[in-house]
Amino acid sequence: MTDLLTIRNLAVHFDTDEGVVQAVDGASLQVGRGEVVGLVGESGSGKSVTALAILRLLRPPARVVGGRIDFDGRNLLACSEEEMRAVRGAQISMVFQSPRTSLNPVLPVGRQIERLLVQHGTSPPGQARARVVEMLREVGIGEPERRAGQYAHQLSGGMCQRVMIAMALATNPRLLIADEPTTGLDVSIAAQILDLLGDLGRRTGAAILLITHDLGVVARRCDRVVVMHAGQTVEWAPVRALFHTPAHPYTRALLRSIPRVAGAGEMEPIPGWVPSLLAPPPGCRFAPRCALVRPECRTPVPVRALDADHRVACFAVETF
Amino acid sequence: MDALVVDDLQMHFPLRSIIPWRVPRVVRAVDGVSLRVAAGETLGLVGESGCGKSTLARCVLRLIEPTRGRVLLDEEDLTALPEEALRRRRRDIQMVFQDPTASLNPRLSVAATVDEPLALHTPLAGAARRERVDEVLEEVGLGAGLRDRYPHQLSGGQRQRVNIARAIATHPRLVVLDEPTSALDVSLRARVILLLAELKRRMGMAYLFISHDLSTVRYLCDRVAVMYLGVLVEEAPAAELFDHPAHPYTRALLSCIPVPDPDVAPERLRLSGEVPSPIDIPGGCRLRGRCPLAQPVCAEPVPLREIAPGHTVACHLV
Repeated sequence: MTDLLTIRNLAVHFDTDEGVVQAVDGASLQVGRGEVVGLVGESGSGKSVTALAILRLLRPPARVVGGRIDFDGRNLLACSEEEMRAVRGAQISMVFQSPRTSLNPVLPVGRQIERLLVQHGTSPPGQARARVVEMLREVGIGEPERRAGQYAHQLSGGMCQRVMIAMALATNPRLLIADEPTTGLDVSIAAQILDLLGDLGRRTGAAILLITHDLGVVARRCDRVVVMHAGQTVEWAPVRALFHTPAHPYTRALLRSIPRVAGAGEMEPIPGWVPSLLAPPPGCRFAPRCALVRPECRTPVPVRALDADHRVACFAVETF
Repeated sequence: MDALVVDDLQMHFPLRSIIPWRVPRVVRAVDGVSLRVAAGETLGLVGESGCGKSTLARCVLRLIEPTRGRVLLDEEDLTALPEEALRRRRRDIQMVFQDPTASLNPRLSVAATVDEPLALHTPLAGAARRERVDEVLEEVGLGAGLRDRYPHQLSGGQRQRVNIARAIATHPRLVVLDEPTSALDVSLRARVILLLAELKRRMGMAYLFISHDLSTVRYLCDRVAVMYLGVLVEEAPAAELFDHPAHPYTRALLSCIPVPDPDVAPERLRLSGEVPSPIDIPGGCRLRGRCPLAQPVCAEPVPLREIAPGHTVACHLV
């Protein structure tokens, strides 16, 4: 069976006064049906831009300049705006980073979900209200009847994110993109939200693309992981392989840079800085920060398969 | 000797009542907290948002006046000092705030920002002061090339370094760090943590490190105090707390940390619901409404008691 989502060599550029920012340049990834895939990297690595490109939500000055995004056998980049409207929300939905600002501040949350249900024809108008209450209960909101009548500012951050998740899953999408869904939430609430996402994903069969910079979240929640640096995807691996045998120097540096609770071990910051994407280095964009850099790193990097499901874009990694 | 002693500190914020004859309700943000930080020691203060960590920090510096209790810096009672004397003492107690951008004056250059505490608190002047500014910037890893830049020309990590430089410029005895890394990206976070550890080693000051990021606390702190709804529920040396957490709240917090290892399944102790409002605090153990282990006895008042040397906990069930 083919993958649900396949991105090949996506390139997104931003036109600015200083020049063209090559935010994403050669991003490739696959998400299988019902699978949870983590997309990790530092800020500015192009994770969110990639997510927005999938939904075709990028607006000028951003433009997609290359690549393909195949969802369920059709190239989304070639779809008309009309066709995209049928995909967005219904087949691919998204949970954003700041739940409170993603909700409409002047509409009770229940009304927002109701509108969505009616718009997508999921529930007939007469039954939508009852369905809203049921959905709020499913995402773990106490007193759902009362909460449905409240506005975003009357709910806590955790509750707003639960509402967002309810909305994202209202239409039984096949792919849910969650962009840093727990940033800004307390640890205990973040854990509850991730539990909820995982449970609902399993129950509805939706695949999840989880965008995060927290490798701890990836370790517990994902089946596979894609690592991104400065607009390029550099490593693709099943979650165990990524943590036990990380191959790309960037992945290894990223793993070394996090403080750990179990045994205060070594912690090393990633050397150097994310390069300017106005004039990124040719070839591998990690090369200026990399200890293993060689002359050929300045040329396009081929992707090598280390294993059936573990691939890396790096010259320095010899096939095991 | 203790650099800082906080003795039964309380901060109640009264709410304005709509009905004039009714007794106004109060937010019990900090509700009787005692702790000490030894000279050169790092005490971590952890807890979720709304537990009163930041309010406690502001009381320690007397940025707000606590409603009860004492704060002693080197055995001198700060809460009893008149305004002018307190201002003079501030050279010994400095703070780094969470938001590196909002806590810098956008109209002051890097050098002017670091110069300000030196002008206020030290006899240094002219070339000597300029030299000290350069020295401090060097210490926090900001080259002299950045001295004339303004905050908007700096990255988030650089801005937090300026905040740290400003705090350490006067050689304080204690620096209160309120979530100094939570607004930073992964790799920047590692750099700032290492910088803080290095500065402490070199200058020997004490830190009160406030955070909800337990992995960072583990890395940086000697002892850790856990706060919930305005009170301390557990306190222990860092290794002891992380290896043998006793209070259900501490265990729950630790079980929520995503461990970057797919083969490690942490203890799963989930608290239900969210932190209750600090206006209607339940009697007895404050966690009992959310605690999966709660028993009828939890409705009784629960004092902190010692269960191992230096390890205190407030729970009936331990």
